[in-house]
Amino acid sequence: MTLNMLKKGQSATIIAIHSEKELKNRFNSFGLIKGSIITVERHTLGGKTMEIRINKTRMALRLSEAETVEISA
Amino acid sequence: MKTIKIALVGQPNVGKSFLINAMGDVKLKVGNFSGVTVEKKTITFSRDNYNFEVTDLPGSYSLTDYTSEERVTKDFLGASDYDLILNVIDSTNIERNLYLTMELLALDQKIVVALNMQDEAVKEGVHINERQLSKLLGVKCVQTSALEKTGIDELIEAIINTNKQSSQPFHLQYSDVYEEEISKITHFLEDKHYQTNTHLKSIAIKLLREDGETYHHFHDQPIWTELQPLLNKSYQHLYLHYKTKDLDEIFHDEKNALAKGAVTESVKFDTTKAVGLTDKIDAVLTNQFIGLPIFLFLMWGLFQITFEWGSIPMDWIDAFFGMLIDGTKSFLGDTELASVIADGAIAGVGAVVLFLPNIIILFTGIALLESTGYMSRAAFLLDGFFHKFGLHGKSFVPLVSGFGCSVPAYMAARVLKNDRDRLLTLYIIGFMSCGAKLPVYVLIIGAFVAEEHAGNMLFAIYILGALLGVFAAKILKMTVFKGEDEPFVMEMPKYRLPTLKLLYHTVSEKAWMYLKKAGTYILLASILIWFASNYPKHPDMEAQYASNIEQVVADENKVSKLNNELALYNLENSYLGMIGHASEPFFAPLGFDWRMAVALETGLAAKEIVVATMGVLYGLGDEHDEQSASLVDKLKANISLPAAIAFTIFVMIYFPCLAASMVFRREAGGWKHWGYLFVFTTGTAWILAFIAFNIASVIF
Repeated sequence: MTLNMLKKGQSATIIAIHSEKELKNRFNSFGLIKGSIITVERHTLGGKTMEIRINKTRMALRLSEAETVEISA
Repeated sequence: MKTIKIALVGQPNVGKSFLINAMGDVKLKVGNFSGVTVEKKTITFSRDNYNFEVTDLPGSYSLTDYTSEERVTKDFLGASDYDLILNVIDSTNIERNLYLTMELLALDQKIVVALNMQDEAVKEGVHINERQLSKLLGVKCVQTSALEKTGIDELIEAIINTNKQSSQPFHLQYSDVYEEEISKITHFLEDKHYQTNTHLKSIAIKLLREDGETYHHFHDQPIWTELQPLLNKSYQHLYLHYKTKDLDEIFHDEKNALAKGAVTESVKFDTTKAVGLTDKIDAVLTNQFIGLPIFLFLMWGLFQITFEWGSIPMDWIDAFFGMLIDGTKSFLGDTELASVIADGAIAGVGAVVLFLPNIIILFTGIALLESTGYMSRAAFLLDGFFHKFGLHGKSFVPLVSGFGCSVPAYMAARVLKNDRDRLLTLYIIGFMSCGAKLPVYVLIIGAFVAEEHAGNMLFAIYILGALLGVFAAKILKMTVFKGEDEPFVMEMPKYRLPTLKLLYHTVSEKAWMYLKKAGTYILLASILIWFASNYPKHPDMEAQYASNIEQVVADENKVSKLNNELALYNLENSYLGMIGHASEPFFAPLGFDWRMAVALETGLAAKEIVVATMGVLYGLGDEHDEQSASLVDKLKANISLPAAIAFTIFVMIYFPCLAASMVFRREAGGWKHWGYLFVFTTGTAWILAFIAFNIASVIF
């Protein structure tokens, strides 16, 4: 299962990140790493962008990017 | 007195500049990092018999090359000479902030950590044991609050003491597996009596991360033949153990585990305290359905206020400069000198200063959007829309800054990492009407639109410009800038109320910049324009009119008519008039007369001058009018409505001012782009103005 499938309010643990190095590094510095727990806060109206929370960090990303994040529900 | 050079490092939104400002009587110097246009702030102050020289490095989430700002930070820390690093941390989000700290600690430099926003952390139930954390990290950690000015003395003391130490021992203990590989390398280097000033462990970590520079360094040395197989073996071990071949990821895993461990051992979270304010606000402001309408309403409100509130002090400023002009003329008499000072310098600068209230209100609004954290919410809401046009949600930030001034906007485009995305954004920033175009719109709206619709009209102009911009982006994306998109990953910072001091600093800096432009550049340009519009003189014509006037001296109406004719003749045959006439064929299809053409051409120097030029061109002609009608009335009498609409559209789109276009050239990477931008903007402006003029001519 990947992050983009997660619905609003749901939480999951990150198993692996399959994105390219650059995006991975960026994810990393926000704490989006293997083992961290993420919660989906909301999606935009168009459904192309989502807001998630890891610990105390809120971050926005596109669903196409969320697709590279593997999670376990 | 001794000087301590400090590199100020922290993630975005940790209040590090604010913390430095709380340290005492600071002097700020703003410059650039050499080679790049990232702003370099150097802050100096003296305390306790020390001079502190602080380099405020751009906020970075980690030491990477992701943005040019982060590259600057990384390069500065790696190469520049400084005595110690002051790492500022947002205590309320300590774990993520410690990720960066862990990277800094691997650099083998003297470090002091400021656990800032302590007041907020306490409110949120985050209790940090600073002594425990200091022990864990091996560097001094001090709890501070820039807002309440607590912990400042302790921080200074820690800086002075740390600076006195010869060097800090390498304190971090990674996992056993990682430490084992590190020690293999350090032992090897020791055995080889490798000479260096850097801690061996620090070098080993760099090698284990495949750091390019370190590799280069070793590659040319004899030691390399033995080091390489050793490294290969270490890599194989790590790959096996971590089940990945990404060495950076392995290091980050290690680093993050350390941060997590440090937090577990030194921070207590009081979970009973509710932290939900940001959540509550976000539930409304980023709501799926009402988020966007709220955003549009806020923007609309900002432009309403800019126009409505701004008009009050504008009347005072207008009256003041009117008085000044009359006073100068009555003091100096009807001479050339009086004219150059009053009609040239004072009128020109006055026309610019007139718009200071608008600028202040608009920049206050933008500063509020930025400092409260709303800006990134807006980017979040708009990304879906922007992405459709080939733009990036983050393009929103430079684009919105473009409403203030294109110069910082072009620079802000650096948040976009992908060159194509950045160029695309750079090309359409000009469509976002900058603050200097505001006076032109206000003037035209004032002349042609009923007062009750003025605010709406202004809003419509800004929206139209923005819409044209995104369509232009789409076209450019489909033709010139084809290719992959840059990822959109962005923090949504916690909502914070900016302090008045911060707002004041941001806005006054902008206002001051604007005034300085008025005082220097525009003053010069005003005098030049005055000269170009008053010379060459035509004595024979003047003599002829003088005798004609003498003949009808009894009839006041006839006298003033003749005087007007003469003034107009002088203007049309001035240098400025000649330029305007020469370019008239180009502008004629848009319904512009030579005066409008001249105004646009002088606007290439700076957009504020468009209004100043119109002031001179339309003002002088009616100099002897009994009721000194305002510029607005003169415009109404001289320009047709379709021409005014076409003029507004042309101003909306055409080439940015000299200063901005120079920044664009630098940011886009060369004169080639400057040339493209000139053709692109002028061409688009002409075509759209032509269409608008013809449609409007049919309707009205």
